[in-house]
Parts: sequence; C-alpha cells; structure tokens
Amino acid sequence: MSEVSLVVNGRRVSGVVEDRTLLVHFLREHLGLTGTHVGCDTSQCGACVVHVDGKAVKSCTMLAAQASGSTVVTIEGLADGADLHPVQAAFRENHALQCGFCTPGMIMASVDIINRHPDGLDEATVREELEGNICRCTGYHNIVKAVLAASKAMNKSKAKGKSASRAKQAA
Amino acid sequence: MYSVNYHRASSVADAAKLIKKGDAKFLSGGMTLIPAMKTRLAAPSDLVDLNHIAELKGIKVSGKTVTIGAATTHYEVATDEKLKKVCPAIAELAGLIGDVAVRYRGTIGGSIANNDPAADYPAALMALDATVVTNKRQIPAEKFFKGLFETALKDDEIVTAVTFTAPPKAAYQKFPNPASRYAITGVFVTKGKDGVRVAVTGAGDNGVFRSKEIEAALAKKFDAAALDGVKVPSANMMTDMHASADYRANLVLVMAKRAVTAANAGA
Repeated sequence: MSEVSLVVNGRRVSGVVEDRTLLVHFLREHLGLTGTHVGCDTSQCGACVVHVDGKAVKSCTMLAAQASGSTVVTIEGLADGADLHPVQAAFRENHALQCGFCTPGMIMASVDIINRHPDGLDEATVREELEGNICRCTGYHNIVKAVLAASKAMNKSKAKGKSASRAKQAA
Repeated sequence: MYSVNYHRASSVADAAKLIKKGDAKFLSGGMTLIPAMKTRLAAPSDLVDLNHIAELKGIKVSGKTVTIGAATTHYEVATDEKLKKVCPAIAELAGLIGDVAVRYRGTIGGSIANNDPAADYPAALMALDATVVTNKRQIPAEKFFKGLFETALKDDEIVTAVTFTAPPKAAYQKFPNPASRYAITGVFVTKGKDGVRVAVTGAGDNGVFRSKEIEAALAKKFDAAALDGVKVPSANMMTDMHASADYRANLVLVMAKRAVTAANAGA
C-alpha cells in the first residue's frame, strides 16, 4: 500500500491505495471524479487524458503512486463555477460531441494543444496533435472546428488582457 | 495488473540498492512497462521509479557533443532548441514517437533499455555511434543492443545517459504503423568524419541492425540515386501481420533514400 497525496483541481487530497492503482482509478473511484473516462485501457484512445503538472497525459498508463506529489487537473476542474472553460464552450457551440465518451479527454488534450501554440493553430496541426485521442463516433470534423474556435477565443482574451494591462500601466 | 510494491528512488545509488528487492524492475516513463503489467505480460514484484532522480534529467550540448539524461522525455528531446540546432534528426525522431501524451511521459533511457525491435531510438543511437552511459560503465550502442528486447544491461545496471557527437549530416525516416506509430521500418542515416552509417529499426528479425549494402553504396556517393539497384536481402527481415519480409526489405531502401535526401537538404 502507498500513501499518495496530490493536488486535484486545486484541492489537496490524499489516500492510501494499493501500489498497482492506476491514476484514473484513483480519480474515479477514490475521489469520485468520474468525468475522466476509461476507454481502451491500452493508452491509445485518450479518453483518460488529464493534466499532471500541466501536461496532458494518459491517466490509465500511470500509477497513482507515480503521480503522488503532483498537481492534477481533470475535466471537472476546468470550468470557473458556472462559466465553462473556453474549450468546453467551444465544444458545446460547435456540436463537437455526439455520444460524449471521448469528450473529457479531447478537451483536456485540446487545452494542452492550445497552451503549446500561443501563436494560434491551423487545421492540419490540430488534426496531427489530436492523434492520441480517438472518437468512436468519428466526429472529428466538429472537434477540430471547436479546437480552432477555442484557440481563437483564448488568444483574443489574452490579447485583451495584455492591452488592458498595458492601458493600466499607461494610466 | 498483479500486485506490486512501488518505490521512488531519490538517486541512482538509491535505485541500485532498491532493485535488489525480489523480482524488481526499473520504471521510467512507464509507457511500455505499465501496459505490459496491465496485460500481465510483465509481473515484477517491485517497481523502482527512476523518474524523480534529478541527475538523470536534461540535455547538454557542448560544441557538437550531446548528452541526454536517461530520464529525459521524448517531448523534451523533440523540443529542445539547442539540440534542434546541432542534431535536428534526433529531435524529429523523438517527435514521431507515439502521440504527445506518450511523449510527455516516455523517456530515452526507458526506450533503449526496453529495446523494442520497432522502437525509434535504437536506430538513432546505432547510426550516431552513440555511447550508452550506465552507473557502471560506458557501452557503445553497437554492443548495447542485443536482439529482441535484449540489451547488454545487467539486472542492477541503470542507464544514466546517452552521449554522441552530432554528425554534419543526419536524418531519420520511418514508415509508421498507422495505429501504434511504431516503425514498420525506420532508417537513420548519418554522414560524419568516419563515414556513412545506416541503422534500420522495425524491419530486422533480431532488432536494430546496420545495413552494410546501403552504407557501401552511400560511401561512394551520398545521394538517393546511389541507392538505385541496391539489393537489400530479405533473409533476416521480420514477417508479421503488418508486412512481409520482402516488403520490409523494400521499405528499408525506400526509407534510406528519403533519409539521405532529407539529410542532404538539412545540411
């Protein structure tokens, strides 16, 4: 047994788990955060993607014990109260989900992709970068559209934030 | 997954001590070992996690000498600016491994210690004439890789780094399996002061190997046209559900041509 202690969605959590417990099972079964899904369970489909120390990783391929001491963000940790995260909002706006099973992983992977491309994204890059996430409804077209829309929205709000802070400085 | 005891090593010396417990295995990024444990293909009694050892991390570039710490992730290798300047081929190779979530976790030390016959790094290390540094000794890449999933490593030996001299010309081309992104055939070509080296992964039935036929042809002229008519024997190529030995032998030549063209364009 291992005592694991991590920060999940801003909350410090700990628990005593079997050493073989996967991070995804710790999140779902010990913390009740069932937004993170187990799809293929073979590190291929990406339904289990969460952020560990700011990086989008497959939580079905990592032990909870390996993640101990880390900061984890799951799909439940993205929204700001009732306000959806821009990527969540874009997925809703663009009808980027059909059955919704892959959506948590798609969104967590997409946030990571947008963070790594502060200068914006094009369709080819989004498609290539999403290679580790599989949609069994094959609804990729609207997913890609949503990621592009979210990327634009996030860059715009960042630019606004910048000019606002510049204006403040000037004032 | 069978029950297992997890240990987090704080240093290489600590890891060398911890590995003596039962039937222990080293755990790096875990991108191969954890799936293998889940399917019960691997069932170690203990895991010694190397991922939190500071001395195993990071990329150093000094002139043309490159040293990559064993616990450096594929993502870090793919995106390191200093490395991309001196040896873009290995950075590009790292960016072709798995998908980005896998590249965030998987490490160069873990990959070469596992020596999957379809992994990318073994071809790079062999063609770059790299040296594998362990906690006990230095092993030339050519002596390190010993067939399918076999290496020269002793049970308690830990890969600490990989080091090589960046050659003036190098490139890697692979024909990936469309599902797994493992190489059905991958060819790494280098041209340095000691001549041309061509290493092939994914194709051989005994793991990574150097293609003497292609090296001889490219030594005369380092150009894709020099490979026209070269015969790559299929006798020691792998046959599986993805490709036959003959198909792989042809792919070796095709990937070698593309790699030479890319190496010349990059220089």
